Amino acid sequence: MQSSFVLDVALELPLGITIVFGPSGAGKSTLLDCIAGLLKPDTGRIEIGGELLLDVERRIDVPPPKRKIAYVFQNLALFPHMTVEQNVAYGLADMPAPQRASRVKAMFEAFRVEQLAKRKADEISGGEQQRVALARSLATSPQLLLLDEPLTALDEGLKKSIMEDLRRWNAAQNIPILYVTHSRAEVDALGERVIVLDQGKIISTGTPHEVLDAPRRSSLAQASGFENLFSGVVTEFRETDGVMRVRLVRGACEIETPLGHAAAGAAVRLAIRAGDILLATERPYGLSARNVIAGKIISLEQRGTMFVAQVAADTDGAAVFTVHLTLGAKRILELEVNRPVWLVIKTHSCHVLED
Amino acid sequence: MDALILSVRLAACVSVILLLIGMPLAYWLAYWNWRGKFLLEAIVALPLVLPPTVLGFYVLIALGPHGPIGKVSEALFHRGLAFTFGGLVFASVLYSFPFTVQPLIASFEAMDRRLLDASALLGASRSRTFVSVILPLSLPGIVTAVVLSFAHTLGEFGVVLMVGGNLPGITRTASIDIYDHVQSMEYAEANRMALVLLIISFVVLSAVYGVNRRIGRRVWASWAAR
Repeated sequence: MQSSFVLDVALELPLGITIVFGPSGAGKSTLLDCIAGLLKPDTGRIEIGGELLLDVERRIDVPPPKRKIAYVFQNLALFPHMTVEQNVAYGLADMPAPQRASRVKAMFEAFRVEQLAKRKADEISGGEQQRVALARSLATSPQLLLLDEPLTALDEGLKKSIMEDLRRWNAAQNIPILYVTHSRAEVDALGERVIVLDQGKIISTGTPHEVLDAPRRSSLAQASGFENLFSGVVTEFRETDGVMRVRLVRGACEIETPLGHAAAGAAVRLAIRAGDILLATERPYGLSARNVIAGKIISLEQRGTMFVAQVAADTDGAAVFTVHLTLGAKRILELEVNRPVWLVIKTHSCHVLED
Repeated sequence: MDALILSVRLAACVSVILLLIGMPLAYWLAYWNWRGKFLLEAIVALPLVLPPTVLGFYVLIALGPHGPIGKVSEALFHRGLAFTFGGLVFASVLYSFPFTVQPLIASFEAMDRRLLDASALLGASRSRTFVSVILPLSLPGIVTAVVLSFAHTLGEFGVVLMVGGNLPGITRTASIDIYDHVQSMEYAEANRMALVLLIISFVVLSAVYGVNRRIGRRVWASWAAR
Protein backbone atom coordinates (compact mmCIF):
# COMPACT_ATOMS: atom_id res chain seq x y z
CA MET A 1 0.00 0.00 0.00
CA GLN A 2 2.66 2.43 1.07
CA SER A 3 4.65 1.87 -2.10
CA SER A 4 1.79 2.79 -4.44
CA PHE A 5 0.90 5.98 -2.56
CA VAL A 6 1.36 9.15 -4.57
CA LEU A 7 2.22 12.24 -2.58
CA ASP A 8 2.69 15.26 -4.79
CA VAL A 9 3.20 18.52 -2.95
CA ALA A 10 5.18 21.72 -3.23
CA LEU A 11 5.13 24.00 -0.24
CA GLU A 12 7.09 26.77 1.36
CA LEU A 13 6.82 27.19 5.09
CA PRO A 14 6.86 30.59 6.74
CA LEU A 15 8.07 30.96 10.33
CA GLY A 16 5.44 30.08 12.90
CA ILE A 17 2.68 27.51 12.78
CA THR A 18 1.32 26.08 9.54
CA ILE A 19 -1.48 23.56 9.87
CA VAL A 20 -1.71 20.58 7.56
CA PHE A 21 -5.33 19.50 7.54
CA GLY A 22 -6.94 16.56 5.81
CA PRO A 23 -8.84 13.30 6.33
CA SER A 24 -7.10 10.10 7.42
CA GLY A 25 -5.13 8.63 4.55
CA ALA A 26 -4.61 12.01 2.89
CA GLY A 27 -0.85 11.62 3.20
CA LYS A 28 -0.24 13.92 6.15
CA SER A 29 2.06 11.60 8.07
CA THR A 30 3.76 10.50 4.85
CA LEU A 31 4.55 14.14 4.15
CA LEU A 32 6.12 14.59 7.58
CA ASP A 33 8.08 11.33 7.30
CA CYS A 34 9.52 12.47 3.96
CA ILE A 35 10.54 15.84 5.38
CA ALA A 36 12.17 14.13 8.37
CA GLY A 37 14.00 11.69 6.10
CA LEU A 38 12.28 8.59 7.50
CA LEU A 39 10.77 7.87 4.09
CA LYS A 40 12.54 8.50 0.85
CA PRO A 41 10.41 9.93 -1.97
CA ASP A 42 11.07 8.79 -5.53
CA THR A 43 11.81 12.33 -6.50
CA GLY A 44 11.89 15.69 -4.79
CA ARG A 45 13.82 18.45 -3.10
CA ILE A 46 13.81 19.65 0.49
CA GLU A 47 15.62 22.72 1.73
CA ILE A 48 15.64 24.37 5.15
CA GLY A 49 17.01 27.86 5.61
CA GLY A 50 19.17 27.54 2.49
CA GLU A 51 20.49 24.11 3.52
CA LEU A 52 19.75 21.34 1.04
CA LEU A 53 18.49 18.19 2.79
CA LEU A 54 17.22 16.19 -0.13
CA ASP A 55 17.64 16.40 -3.87
CA VAL A 56 16.90 13.07 -5.45
CA GLU A 57 18.25 14.10 -8.87
CA ARG A 58 21.56 15.23 -7.38
CA ARG A 59 21.66 12.23 -5.05
CA ILE A 60 21.72 14.36 -1.94
CA ASP A 61 19.97 12.74 1.01
CA VAL A 62 20.96 13.97 4.46
CA PRO A 63 20.19 11.16 6.96
CA PRO A 64 17.66 11.90 9.75
CA PRO A 65 20.24 12.34 12.56
CA LYS A 66 21.83 15.21 10.63
CA ARG A 67 18.68 17.01 9.45
CA LYS A 68 18.14 19.18 12.55
CA ILE A 69 14.43 18.49 12.39
CA ALA A 70 12.35 17.87 15.50
CA TYR A 71 9.43 15.51 15.09
CA VAL A 72 6.80 14.78 17.73
CA PHE A 73 4.96 11.62 16.73
CA GLN A 74 1.33 10.86 17.38
CA ASN A 75 2.34 8.30 20.01
CA LEU A 76 5.07 10.67 21.26
CA ALA A 77 7.62 7.81 21.38
CA LEU A 78 9.16 8.80 24.69
CA PHE A 79 11.77 6.24 25.76
CA PRO A 80 9.82 4.32 28.39
CA HIS A 81 12.86 2.94 30.21
CA MET A 82 14.38 6.37 30.79
CA THR A 83 13.53 9.17 33.18
CA VAL A 84 12.04 12.40 31.91
CA GLU A 85 15.44 14.04 32.39
CA GLN A 86 17.24 11.35 30.37
CA ASN A 87 14.64 11.71 27.62
CA VAL A 88 15.11 15.46 27.36
CA ALA A 89 18.92 15.14 27.46
CA TYR A 90 18.97 12.33 24.86
CA GLY A 91 19.57 14.61 21.87
CA LEU A 92 22.31 16.58 23.66
CA ALA A 93 24.92 13.81 23.85
CA ASP A 94 27.55 15.89 22.04
CA MET A 95 27.21 18.83 24.42
CA PRO A 96 29.63 19.35 27.34
CA ALA A 97 27.94 18.37 30.61
CA PRO A 98 27.48 21.83 32.17
CA GLN A 99 25.94 23.22 29.00
CA ARG A 100 23.73 20.17 28.67
CA ALA A 101 22.47 20.55 32.23
CA SER A 102 21.55 24.19 31.69
CA ARG A 103 19.81 23.42 28.38
CA VAL A 104 17.76 20.65 29.99
CA LYS A 105 16.84 23.03 32.79
CA ALA A 106 15.77 25.69 30.30
CA MET A 107 13.57 23.19 28.44
CA PHE A 108 12.05 22.01 31.72
CA GLU A 109 11.13 25.59 32.55
CA ALA A 110 9.77 26.43 29.10
CA PHE A 111 7.44 23.43 29.13
CA ARG A 112 6.88 23.35 32.89
CA VAL A 113 7.94 19.78 33.60
CA GLU A 114 10.74 20.40 36.09
CA GLN A 115 9.01 18.51 38.88
CA LEU A 116 8.90 15.36 36.70
CA ALA A 117 12.66 15.17 36.07
CA LYS A 118 13.31 11.96 37.98
CA ARG A 119 10.08 10.18 37.01
CA LYS A 120 10.00 7.40 34.45
CA ALA A 121 8.60 8.55 31.12
CA ASP A 122 5.88 5.88 31.21
CA GLU A 123 4.70 6.87 34.68
CA ILE A 124 3.46 10.38 33.92
CA SER A 125 0.11 11.56 32.53
CA GLY A 126 -0.72 12.07 28.85
CA GLY A 127 -0.50 15.86 29.02
CA GLU A 128 2.82 15.64 30.86
CA GLN A 129 4.17 13.21 28.28
CA GLN A 130 3.15 15.67 25.59
CA ARG A 131 5.13 18.45 27.27
CA VAL A 132 8.14 16.19 27.75
CA ALA A 133 8.03 15.13 24.09
CA LEU A 134 8.04 18.79 23.01
CA ALA A 135 10.87 19.64 25.42
CA ARG A 136 12.89 16.65 24.22
CA SER A 137 12.62 17.42 20.53
CA LEU A 138 13.11 21.17 20.89
CA ALA A 139 16.13 20.83 23.20
CA THR A 140 18.31 20.13 20.16
CA SER A 141 17.59 23.62 18.68
CA PRO A 142 16.03 22.25 15.50
CA GLN A 143 15.39 24.31 12.38
CA LEU A 144 11.90 22.91 11.89
CA LEU A 145 9.33 21.28 14.15
CA LEU A 146 6.96 18.61 12.87
CA LEU A 147 3.91 17.76 14.97
CA ASP A 148 1.78 14.76 13.99
CA GLU A 149 -1.62 15.09 15.68
CA PRO A 150 0.14 15.52 18.99
CA LEU A 151 -2.78 16.84 21.03
CA THR A 152 -5.64 14.73 19.72
CA ALA A 153 -6.03 12.71 22.91
CA LEU A 154 -5.99 15.67 25.30
CA ASP A 155 -8.85 17.74 26.65
CA GLU A 156 -9.36 21.34 25.55
CA GLY A 157 -7.83 23.03 28.59
CA LEU A 158 -4.63 21.02 28.43
CA LYS A 159 -4.40 21.50 24.67
CA LYS A 160 -4.66 25.24 25.07
CA SER A 161 -2.06 25.55 27.78
CA ILE A 162 0.42 23.37 25.88
CA MET A 163 -0.10 25.36 22.69
CA GLU A 164 0.48 28.57 24.65
CA ASP A 165 3.79 27.25 25.93
CA LEU A 166 4.77 26.22 22.43
CA ARG A 167 3.88 29.64 21.02
CA ARG A 168 5.80 31.40 23.78
CA TRP A 169 8.82 29.21 23.12
CA ASN A 170 8.62 29.84 19.41
CA ALA A 171 8.28 33.60 19.85
CA ALA A 172 11.94 33.50 20.90
CA GLN A 173 13.19 30.75 18.58
CA ASN A 174 11.12 31.59 15.54
CA ILE A 175 11.25 28.39 13.51
CA PRO A 176 8.62 27.02 11.13
CA ILE A 177 6.24 24.54 12.75
CA LEU A 178 4.20 22.08 10.70
CA TYR A 179 1.17 20.95 12.67
CA VAL A 180 -0.78 18.01 11.28
CA THR A 181 -4.36 17.37 12.29
CA HIS A 182 -7.58 15.89 10.99
CA SER A 183 -9.65 17.75 13.55
CA ARG A 184 -11.62 20.74 12.37
CA ALA A 185 -11.89 22.01 15.95
CA GLU A 186 -8.10 22.10 16.28
CA VAL A 187 -7.75 24.08 13.06
CA ASP A 188 -10.22 26.67 14.33
CA ALA A 189 -8.52 26.82 17.72
CA LEU A 190 -5.05 27.34 16.26
CA GLY A 191 -6.38 29.73 13.64
CA GLU A 192 -3.23 29.97 11.54
CA ARG A 193 -2.29 29.29 7.95
CA VAL A 194 -3.85 26.05 6.76
CA ILE A 195 -2.79 23.70 4.02
CA VAL A 196 -5.48 21.22 3.06
CA LEU A 197 -4.16 17.86 1.90
CA ASP A 198 -6.32 15.26 0.23
CA GLN A 199 -5.24 12.08 -1.52
CA GLY A 200 -1.64 13.20 -1.52
CA LYS A 201 -2.30 16.63 -3.04
CA ILE A 202 -2.56 20.12 -1.64
CA ILE A 203 -6.06 21.23 -2.58
CA SER A 204 -6.26 24.53 -0.77
CA THR A 205 -4.17 27.02 1.22
CA GLY A 206 -5.17 30.03 3.31
CA THR A 207 -6.67 30.97 6.65
CA PRO A 208 -9.03 28.41 8.23
CA HIS A 209 -11.99 30.63 7.40
CA GLU A 210 -11.08 31.06 3.74
CA VAL A 211 -10.20 27.43 3.23
CA LEU A 212 -12.70 25.51 5.26
CA ASP A 213 -15.87 27.60 5.49
CA ALA A 214 -16.42 27.82 1.76
CA PRO A 215 -15.17 24.50 0.48
CA ARG A 216 -15.34 23.96 -3.23
CA ARG A 217 -14.59 20.28 -3.32
CA SER A 218 -16.86 17.63 -1.89
CA SER A 219 -14.02 15.51 -0.47
CA LEU A 220 -12.92 18.56 1.45
CA ALA A 221 -16.48 19.13 2.61
CA GLN A 222 -16.66 15.68 4.11
CA ALA A 223 -13.30 16.18 5.73
CA SER A 224 -14.28 19.46 7.30
CA GLY A 225 -17.49 18.29 8.83
CA PHE A 226 -20.36 18.87 6.41
CA GLU A 227 -22.77 16.14 7.41
CA ASN A 228 -25.19 16.87 4.56
CA LEU A 229 -23.98 16.43 1.02
CA PHE A 230 -26.49 16.36 -1.84
CA SER A 231 -26.24 16.11 -5.60
CA GLY A 232 -28.35 18.69 -7.39
CA VAL A 233 -28.97 20.63 -10.57
CA VAL A 234 -29.01 24.40 -10.85
CA THR A 235 -32.53 25.35 -12.01
CA GLU A 236 -32.60 29.11 -11.80
CA PHE A 237 -30.27 32.09 -11.53
CA ARG A 238 -31.45 35.27 -9.80
CA GLU A 239 -28.49 37.53 -10.06
CA THR A 240 -30.32 40.60 -8.76
CA ASP A 241 -31.11 38.72 -5.54
CA GLY A 242 -27.61 37.17 -5.46
CA VAL A 243 -29.05 33.70 -5.26
CA MET A 244 -29.71 30.64 -7.35
CA ARG A 245 -31.98 27.64 -6.89
CA VAL A 246 -30.75 24.07 -6.82
CA ARG A 247 -33.08 21.09 -7.25
CA LEU A 248 -31.88 18.01 -5.34
CA VAL A 249 -31.56 14.92 -7.50
CA ARG A 250 -32.96 12.80 -4.69
CA GLY A 251 -35.99 14.21 -3.00
CA ALA A 252 -37.07 16.68 -5.66
CA CYS A 253 -37.03 19.64 -3.29
CA GLU A 254 -35.52 22.98 -4.25
CA ILE A 255 -33.03 24.87 -2.16
CA GLU A 256 -31.92 28.46 -2.50
CA THR A 257 -28.17 29.02 -2.37
CA PRO A 258 -25.76 31.93 -2.85
CA LEU A 259 -24.70 32.51 -6.46
CA GLY A 260 -21.98 30.10 -7.48
CA HIS A 261 -19.79 29.65 -10.52
CA ALA A 262 -22.17 27.09 -11.98
CA ALA A 263 -24.50 27.87 -14.90
CA ALA A 264 -28.19 26.97 -15.00
CA GLY A 265 -28.56 23.24 -15.70
CA ALA A 266 -25.14 22.43 -14.21
CA ALA A 267 -24.75 19.51 -11.81
CA VAL A 268 -23.45 20.65 -8.44
CA ARG A 269 -22.99 19.34 -4.92
CA LEU A 270 -24.63 21.01 -1.97
CA ALA A 271 -23.00 20.93 1.45
CA ILE A 272 -24.86 21.88 4.63
CA ARG A 273 -23.62 21.53 8.18
CA ALA A 274 -25.94 19.60 10.51
CA GLY A 275 -25.50 22.39 13.06
CA ASP A 276 -26.68 25.04 10.54
CA ILE A 277 -30.18 23.57 10.15
CA LEU A 278 -33.05 24.67 12.42
CA LEU A 279 -36.07 22.54 13.25
CA ALA A 280 -39.55 24.01 13.82
CA THR A 281 -42.61 22.13 15.02
CA GLU A 282 -44.97 24.54 13.27
CA ARG A 283 -44.63 26.10 9.86
CA PRO A 284 -42.58 29.26 10.52
CA TYR A 285 -43.48 32.66 9.05
CA GLY A 286 -41.69 35.95 8.81
CA LEU A 287 -38.21 34.54 8.67
CA SER A 288 -35.24 35.74 6.66
CA ALA A 289 -34.28 32.13 6.06
CA ARG A 290 -35.36 31.27 2.53
CA ASN A 291 -35.42 27.52 2.75
CA VAL A 292 -38.31 26.02 4.71
CA ILE A 293 -38.92 22.38 3.98
CA ALA A 294 -41.64 20.19 5.49
CA GLY A 295 -40.56 16.76 6.66
CA LYS A 296 -40.72 14.09 9.33
CA ILE A 297 -38.22 12.87 11.90
CA ILE A 298 -37.23 9.32 11.03
CA SER A 299 -34.59 8.77 13.68
CA LEU A 300 -33.32 10.47 16.80
CA GLU A 301 -30.16 9.46 18.57
CA GLN A 302 -28.32 10.93 21.53
CA ARG A 303 -24.61 11.45 21.01
CA GLY A 304 -22.91 12.86 24.08
CA THR A 305 -24.44 16.24 24.83
CA MET A 306 -26.43 16.51 21.63
CA PHE A 307 -29.09 14.81 19.58
CA VAL A 308 -28.64 13.79 15.98
CA ALA A 309 -31.91 13.74 14.06
CA GLN A 310 -32.52 12.35 10.59
CA VAL A 311 -35.33 14.24 8.88
CA ALA A 312 -36.92 13.04 5.64
CA ALA A 313 -38.37 15.79 3.43
CA ASP A 314 -42.04 15.32 2.47
CA THR A 315 -41.32 14.98 -1.23
CA ASP A 316 -41.04 12.08 -3.63
CA GLY A 317 -37.83 10.14 -3.13
CA ALA A 318 -37.39 11.85 0.24
CA ALA A 319 -34.06 13.57 0.73
CA VAL A 320 -32.80 12.89 4.26
CA PHE A 321 -31.18 15.72 6.24
CA THR A 322 -28.97 15.26 9.28
CA VAL A 323 -29.65 17.84 11.98
CA HIS A 324 -27.82 18.47 15.26
CA LEU A 325 -29.88 19.57 18.27
CA THR A 326 -29.09 20.39 21.86
CA LEU A 327 -30.64 18.23 24.58
CA GLY A 328 -32.70 21.24 25.66
CA ALA A 329 -34.12 21.90 22.18
CA LYS A 330 -35.16 18.28 21.86
CA ARG A 331 -36.91 18.38 25.25
CA ILE A 332 -38.68 21.73 24.84
CA LEU A 333 -39.90 21.00 21.30
CA GLU A 334 -40.91 17.48 22.42
CA LEU A 335 -39.27 16.05 19.38
CA GLU A 336 -39.67 12.35 18.72
CA VAL A 337 -39.57 9.93 15.83
CA ASN A 338 -42.45 10.36 13.30
CA ARG A 339 -43.18 13.89 14.43
CA PRO A 340 -43.75 16.28 11.48
CA VAL A 341 -41.28 19.18 11.47
CA TRP A 342 -40.06 21.99 9.25
CA LEU A 343 -36.42 22.30 8.27
CA VAL A 344 -35.16 25.89 8.18
CA ILE A 345 -31.92 26.63 6.35
CA LYS A 346 -30.36 30.02 5.67
CA THR A 347 -29.31 30.59 2.08
CA HIS A 348 -25.73 31.26 3.15
CA SER A 349 -25.55 27.97 5.04
CA CYS A 350 -25.93 26.15 1.72
CA HIS A 351 -22.50 25.74 0.18
CA VAL A 352 -22.22 24.91 -3.50
CA LEU A 353 -19.25 22.74 -4.41
CA GLU A 354 -17.52 21.92 -7.62
CA ASP A 355 -17.85 18.19 -7.94
CA MET B 1 30.27 -35.12 38.07
CA ASP B 2 32.91 -34.38 35.42
CA ALA B 3 30.28 -34.93 32.77
CA LEU B 4 27.93 -32.42 34.37
CA ILE B 5 30.61 -29.75 34.75
CA LEU B 6 31.57 -30.30 31.13
CA SER B 7 27.94 -29.90 30.04
CA VAL B 8 27.53 -26.66 31.97
CA ARG B 9 30.83 -25.32 30.63
CA LEU B 10 29.80 -26.20 27.09
CA ALA B 11 26.37 -24.62 27.48
CA ALA B 12 27.85 -21.44 28.96
CA CYS B 13 30.43 -21.09 26.16
CA VAL B 14 27.82 -21.73 23.52
CA SER B 15 25.28 -19.23 24.87
CA VAL B 16 27.87 -16.47 25.19
CA ILE B 17 29.19 -17.05 21.65
CA LEU B 18 25.66 -17.28 20.27
CA LEU B 19 24.65 -14.04 21.94
CA LEU B 20 27.61 -12.24 20.38
CA ILE B 21 26.89 -13.61 16.90
CA GLY B 22 23.12 -13.63 17.27
CA MET B 23 22.60 -9.98 18.21
CA PRO B 24 23.99 -8.37 15.06
CA LEU B 25 22.45 -11.08 12.90
CA ALA B 26 19.02 -10.72 14.51
CA TYR B 27 19.26 -6.92 14.23
CA TRP B 28 20.03 -7.29 10.57
CA LEU B 29 17.23 -9.77 9.94
CA ALA B 30 14.71 -7.73 11.92
CA TYR B 31 15.35 -4.30 10.41
CA TRP B 32 16.69 -4.83 6.92
CA ASN B 33 14.67 -5.94 3.96
CA TRP B 34 16.38 -7.41 0.99
CA ARG B 35 15.38 -9.93 -1.63
CA GLY B 36 17.30 -12.99 -0.49
CA LYS B 37 16.38 -12.54 3.17
CA PHE B 38 14.04 -15.52 3.26
CA LEU B 39 16.93 -17.84 2.36
CA LEU B 40 18.94 -16.68 5.35
CA GLU B 41 15.88 -17.02 7.56
CA ALA B 42 15.45 -20.61 6.35
CA ILE B 43 19.10 -21.37 7.07
CA VAL B 44 18.83 -19.93 10.56
CA ALA B 45 15.79 -22.12 11.27
CA LEU B 46 17.29 -25.25 9.70
CA PRO B 47 18.66 -26.79 12.94
CA LEU B 48 15.09 -26.87 14.27
CA VAL B 49 14.02 -29.48 11.74
CA LEU B 50 17.28 -31.19 10.83
CA PRO B 51 17.99 -34.54 12.57
CA PRO B 52 20.98 -34.04 14.89
CA THR B 53 22.76 -36.88 13.13
CA VAL B 54 22.62 -35.03 9.80
CA LEU B 55 23.99 -31.82 11.29
CA GLY B 56 26.53 -33.79 13.34
CA PHE B 57 27.66 -35.77 10.33
CA TYR B 58 28.41 -32.72 8.19
CA VAL B 59 30.06 -30.88 11.07
CA LEU B 60 32.24 -33.94 11.68
CA ILE B 61 33.30 -33.98 8.03
CA ALA B 62 33.97 -30.24 8.06
CA LEU B 63 36.03 -30.48 11.26
CA GLY B 64 38.01 -33.54 10.17
CA PRO B 65 41.55 -33.40 8.79
CA HIS B 66 40.24 -33.06 5.20
CA GLY B 67 37.38 -30.69 5.96
CA PRO B 68 37.69 -26.92 5.45
CA ILE B 69 37.48 -26.04 9.14
CA GLY B 70 39.74 -28.91 10.12
CA LYS B 71 42.40 -27.67 7.68
CA VAL B 72 42.27 -24.14 9.07
CA SER B 73 42.56 -25.50 12.60
CA GLU B 74 45.49 -27.73 11.60
CA ALA B 75 47.27 -24.75 10.09
CA LEU B 76 46.66 -22.52 13.12
CA PHE B 77 46.91 -24.89 16.08
CA HIS B 78 48.52 -28.01 14.53
CA ARG B 79 45.54 -30.13 15.51
CA GLY B 80 42.07 -30.93 14.18
CA LEU B 81 38.80 -30.09 15.91
CA ALA B 82 36.98 -33.40 15.70
CA PHE B 83 36.52 -35.09 19.07
CA THR B 84 37.68 -31.99 20.97
CA PHE B 85 35.87 -29.51 23.24
CA GLY B 86 36.36 -26.82 20.60
CA GLY B 87 34.67 -28.99 18.03
CA LEU B 88 31.78 -29.58 20.40
CA VAL B 89 31.38 -25.85 20.93
CA PHE B 90 31.37 -25.28 17.18
CA ALA B 91 28.75 -27.96 16.53
CA SER B 92 26.57 -26.81 19.43
CA VAL B 93 26.68 -23.21 18.29
CA LEU B 94 25.24 -24.31 14.96
CA TYR B 95 22.70 -26.59 16.57
CA SER B 96 21.38 -24.01 19.05
CA PHE B 97 21.46 -21.11 16.60
CA PRO B 98 17.70 -20.68 16.13
CA PHE B 99 17.12 -20.79 19.88
CA THR B 100 19.12 -17.59 20.24
CA VAL B 101 18.34 -15.79 17.02
CA GLN B 102 14.60 -16.28 16.86
CA PRO B 103 13.69 -14.80 20.27
CA LEU B 104 16.01 -11.91 19.48
CA ILE B 105 14.36 -11.27 16.10
CA ALA B 106 10.94 -11.48 17.71
CA SER B 107 11.77 -8.91 20.37
CA PHE B 108 13.54 -6.58 17.93
CA GLU B 109 10.58 -6.74 15.57
CA ALA B 110 8.11 -6.05 18.38
CA MET B 111 9.88 -2.78 19.09
CA ASP B 112 7.89 0.41 18.41
CA ARG B 113 9.60 1.74 15.28
CA ARG B 114 8.77 5.29 16.29
CA LEU B 115 11.19 4.92 19.21
CA LEU B 116 13.95 4.19 16.71
CA ASP B 117 12.82 7.09 14.50
CA ALA B 118 12.77 9.39 17.54
CA SER B 119 16.29 8.33 18.47
CA ALA B 120 17.55 8.98 14.92
CA LEU B 121 15.91 12.41 14.75
CA LEU B 122 17.52 13.30 18.07
CA GLY B 123 20.85 12.82 16.34
CA ALA B 124 21.71 9.31 17.54
CA SER B 125 23.73 6.97 15.32
CA ARG B 126 22.47 3.44 14.66
CA SER B 127 24.89 2.01 17.19
CA ARG B 128 23.80 4.46 19.88
CA THR B 129 20.16 3.67 19.15
CA PHE B 130 20.97 -0.03 19.48
CA VAL B 131 22.76 0.33 22.80
CA SER B 132 20.51 2.97 24.39
CA VAL B 133 17.07 2.03 23.12
CA ILE B 134 16.88 -1.41 21.51
CA LEU B 135 19.00 -3.37 24.01
CA PRO B 136 17.37 -2.19 27.23
CA LEU B 137 13.87 -2.58 25.80
CA SER B 138 14.67 -6.05 24.43
CA LEU B 139 15.96 -7.34 27.75
CA PRO B 140 13.20 -9.95 28.13
CA GLY B 141 13.95 -11.30 24.64
CA ILE B 142 17.68 -11.38 25.32
CA VAL B 143 17.21 -13.26 28.58
CA THR B 144 14.94 -15.73 26.81
CA ALA B 145 17.47 -16.22 24.02
CA VAL B 146 20.35 -16.91 26.42
CA VAL B 147 18.34 -19.32 28.53
CA LEU B 148 16.90 -21.25 25.63
CA SER B 149 20.29 -21.74 24.00
CA PHE B 150 21.81 -22.67 27.36
CA ALA B 151 19.11 -25.23 28.12
CA HIS B 152 19.10 -26.58 24.61
CA THR B 153 22.87 -27.10 24.63
CA LEU B 154 22.71 -28.69 28.06
CA GLY B 155 20.27 -31.28 26.80
CA GLU B 156 21.69 -32.06 23.37
CA PHE B 157 22.77 -35.58 22.60
CA GLY B 158 22.89 -36.57 18.93
CA VAL B 159 25.20 -33.83 17.68
CA VAL B 160 27.56 -34.27 20.64
CA LEU B 161 27.76 -37.98 20.06
CA MET B 162 28.50 -37.55 16.35
CA VAL B 163 31.08 -34.78 16.72
CA GLY B 164 32.56 -35.33 20.16
CA GLY B 165 32.43 -39.05 20.58
CA ASN B 166 32.65 -40.12 24.19
CA LEU B 167 35.97 -39.04 25.70
CA PRO B 168 35.71 -38.74 29.51
CA GLY B 169 36.45 -35.21 30.71
CA ILE B 170 36.74 -33.86 27.14
CA THR B 171 33.56 -34.62 25.26
CA ARG B 172 31.49 -36.87 27.53
CA THR B 173 28.66 -34.55 28.47
CA ALA B 174 25.92 -35.30 30.99
CA SER B 175 23.45 -36.60 28.43
CA ILE B 176 26.05 -38.98 26.96
CA ASP B 177 26.99 -40.08 30.46
CA ILE B 178 23.38 -41.04 31.10
CA TYR B 179 23.24 -42.99 27.86
CA ASP B 180 26.48 -44.75 28.85
CA HIS B 181 25.14 -45.77 32.24
CA VAL B 182 21.94 -47.07 30.72
CA GLN B 183 23.91 -49.10 28.18
CA SER B 184 25.87 -50.70 31.03
CA MET B 185 22.66 -51.29 33.02
CA GLU B 186 23.82 -48.88 35.76
CA TYR B 187 20.35 -47.48 36.34
CA ALA B 188 21.13 -45.92 39.73
CA GLU B 189 23.93 -43.80 38.26
CA ALA B 190 21.85 -42.97 35.21
CA ASN B 191 19.02 -41.89 37.45
CA ARG B 192 21.24 -39.69 39.59
CA MET B 193 22.59 -37.79 36.59
CA ALA B 194 19.19 -37.59 34.89
CA LEU B 195 17.62 -36.20 38.05
CA VAL B 196 20.34 -33.58 38.43
CA LEU B 197 19.87 -32.52 34.81
CA LEU B 198 16.11 -32.37 35.26
CA ILE B 199 16.38 -30.24 38.38
CA ILE B 200 18.96 -27.87 36.87
CA SER B 201 16.84 -27.37 33.76
CA PHE B 202 13.73 -26.70 35.78
CA VAL B 203 15.39 -24.32 38.22
CA VAL B 204 17.12 -22.35 35.46
CA LEU B 205 13.99 -22.08 33.36
CA SER B 206 11.68 -21.07 36.18
CA ALA B 207 14.18 -18.55 37.53
CA VAL B 208 14.46 -17.00 34.12
CA TYR B 209 10.76 -16.93 33.38
CA GLY B 210 10.22 -15.36 36.78
CA VAL B 211 12.83 -12.66 36.17
CA ASN B 212 11.62 -12.17 32.64
CA ARG B 213 8.10 -11.61 33.82
CA ARG B 214 9.19 -9.02 36.35
CA ILE B 215 11.25 -7.17 33.74
CA GLY B 216 8.45 -7.47 31.26
CA ARG B 217 5.92 -6.10 33.67
CA ARG B 218 8.10 -3.18 34.63
CA VAL B 219 9.03 -2.17 31.12
CA TRP B 220 5.91 -2.92 29.18
CA ALA B 221 2.84 -2.89 31.35
CA SER B 222 2.50 0.77 32.12
CA TRP B 223 3.57 1.59 28.60
CA ALA B 224 0.91 -0.57 27.00
CA ALA B 225 -1.71 0.87 29.32
CA ARG B 226 -1.31 4.39 27.96
